[in-house]
Amino acid sequence: MTLMQFFTQHWLGQGLVIVAQCLAVTLPLLVAVAYMTYADRKIWGMIQLRRGPNVVGPFGLLQPLADGAKLFLKETIIPSGASKVLFILAPMITFITALIAWAVVPFDDGWVIADINVGILYLFAISSLGVYGVIIAGWASNSKYAFLGALRSAAQMVSYEVSIGFVLITVLLCAGSLNLSTIVKMQDGGVWNWYFLPLFPMFIIFFISCLAETNRTPFDLPMSEAELVAGFHTEYSAMAFGLFFLGEYANMILLSGMGAVLFLGGWHPPLPFEPFTWVPGVVWFALKIALLLFVFSWTKGTVPRYRYDQLMRLGWKVFLPFSLVWVVITAAFVTYARGH
Amino acid sequence: MAETEIRNLTLNFGPQHPAAHGVLRLVVEMDGEIVERCDPHIGLLHRGTEKLIEYKTYLQAVPYFDRLDYVSPMCQEHAYALVVERLLGVEAPIRGQWIRVLFSEITRILNHLLNVTTFAMDVGALTPTLWGFEQRELLMEFYEQVSGSRMHAAYFRPGGVHQDLPTGMLDRIQAWCEQFPRTIDDLERLVTENRIFRQRTVDIGTVSGDDAIAWGFSGPMLRASGVAWDLRRAQPYDCYAEVDFDIPVGKTGDCFARYLVRMEEMRQSHRIMLQCVKALRSVTGPVSVDDKKISPPLRGEMKTSMEALIHHFKLYTEGYKVPAGEAYAAVEAPKGEFGVYLVADGSNQPYRCHIRAPGFPHLQALEFMSKGHQLADLSANIGSLDVVFGEVDR
Repeated sequence: MTLMQFFTQHWLGQGLVIVAQCLAVTLPLLVAVAYMTYADRKIWGMIQLRRGPNVVGPFGLLQPLADGAKLFLKETIIPSGASKVLFILAPMITFITALIAWAVVPFDDGWVIADINVGILYLFAISSLGVYGVIIAGWASNSKYAFLGALRSAAQMVSYEVSIGFVLITVLLCAGSLNLSTIVKMQDGGVWNWYFLPLFPMFIIFFISCLAETNRTPFDLPMSEAELVAGFHTEYSAMAFGLFFLGEYANMILLSGMGAVLFLGGWHPPLPFEPFTWVPGVVWFALKIALLLFVFSWTKGTVPRYRYDQLMRLGWKVFLPFSLVWVVITAAFVTYARGH
Repeated sequence: MAETEIRNLTLNFGPQHPAAHGVLRLVVEMDGEIVERCDPHIGLLHRGTEKLIEYKTYLQAVPYFDRLDYVSPMCQEHAYALVVERLLGVEAPIRGQWIRVLFSEITRILNHLLNVTTFAMDVGALTPTLWGFEQRELLMEFYEQVSGSRMHAAYFRPGGVHQDLPTGMLDRIQAWCEQFPRTIDDLERLVTENRIFRQRTVDIGTVSGDDAIAWGFSGPMLRASGVAWDLRRAQPYDCYAEVDFDIPVGKTGDCFARYLVRMEEMRQSHRIMLQCVKALRSVTGPVSVDDKKISPPLRGEMKTSMEALIHHFKLYTEGYKVPAGEAYAAVEAPKGEFGVYLVADGSNQPYRCHIRAPGFPHLQALEFMSKGHQLADLSANIGSLDVVFGEVDR
């Protein structure tokens, strides 16, 4: 049995390949999460006329590592009234669901762990599971602030998932496939073929719903410090809190990745000729994610926070009908175009 | 169907709460997200200021006033200086008065910058605070340049101010005034026009003019409800009668009106500051009453004059005696009417000092303002009240 055969046919070899693939996605992702916190703080610093982290390492570049080490070394305090198992389980759920969703995201042509034909459905299902971490955390903490925060975020994440669902449907209708790689391939041939142009209103709704889905300003009600101290993770400390934090950022990167795949042409360069085609697709993909993440941070530095009922009104009375109508329009248009 | 008892959710809001603006503790009874009752528990910052003042000489009482509302120190010194002057029957010299007006307005901007921007933070906007703090930093440097302290200045003394302005001070203030409107404009663009900010503040915590008077409101809280009452205009003290400024009045009496009134007051304070700078360039003379029994001698004089040395010693040990009587003086502090009621018994210490802090009546109306609103509006209301617990608890 040659080495090649071992890795392709033997069960152990196949397992090793899968583990290696997972690590190849997860490790860069965690580094990206760490540096996303750094970028976030630097961007807010610039918006707020201050410097942001600049002490640990050159330009403060080691700050995320210092923060990580701090969170690791602190004691995880479990409140005496808490439900211990669930209390510890909750951050894990949030963190793990944020990671496993990456299995279907295509980084470049063929660079995907699981190229399944219901990729979008899988992504959608996994990102819906994230809400369990939040609800369980709020309930298990046995604290009123955490409980209120969990209730809010459960309602919020569920509401905005509905509109995200309809947005996804419009993309599906255009691409005619649930496979993420196929969706990206349909957008080949330059910026004018990307779906954000024909589906521009949907792209905006998608982005705003992503803000709500990841509990970011102006939808950061579940952890609005002015009302609920820290919302569902009020009682969390040390690495348990760290997992929520990492999960939140990993989710942001995931949804930005989704945005890049669905609307911004995934790994394709903006212009389909040299020198743009010299740059590897994975770099384009990363740049598109970075662009969306920048808007995440920018929003946080600019706008105040919605009130609970206003948030619900926006989700159910504005986004939902609008995206429904748009689904009908897109479907009609696609059918018409096929007919001719 | 069996009868079930539904209990409201009781939330202990504070004292360790990010939106509590210090040590406010609210016991909030909620039906879901709706506030049914909110009961402020105060006294966590009680230091017995009024009692302590009874055991200090008149001069030693000044620093206590800095520590009441610690975001607008000089305005409170101003009220105290005025009431002691009233009992002594003296008046600060004209240059001293202009300096006091100048620094009262600097204090107003300091206070409003903090309040308006933290109010924005209470409704979720993080950036204005940092922008405001940049300007506050510059203003506190002016505090430091005249008094040596950035916050607890003890600069306004009975009889005038402690020292004349240092060289170049007026130019620096002028330079500051030239760049300040830009910050206000930036804040207006970022906050005032923001849809979400308006949705969070318009029609929240509405107080009618009559209610505002009934609850004992003063300052911007009263003016936002449409009552044009400003002590600087109604009972001018020092040289406020000579300066030209407008009194912004709100129409709706909600959180947004209170915000707008404070923003406009900053612009008016800026106007007054420019007038003060102009006046101070021409007005010369002493900054404190020319009575060696009240204001201390110059440092240089003490090296040569035996008299001056004795005066200095007597003033800083025994202090001065104030003739028996009682008086009340109030100033338009940034938060509202700040008054000091002083009873003198002819000794070197006050017999009784009562402090009328504007935040106290404002806080008592919190339940009235917040009932039926959501929890998020409660923090918006607290932010728009502009309470500081140093003065509420005293």
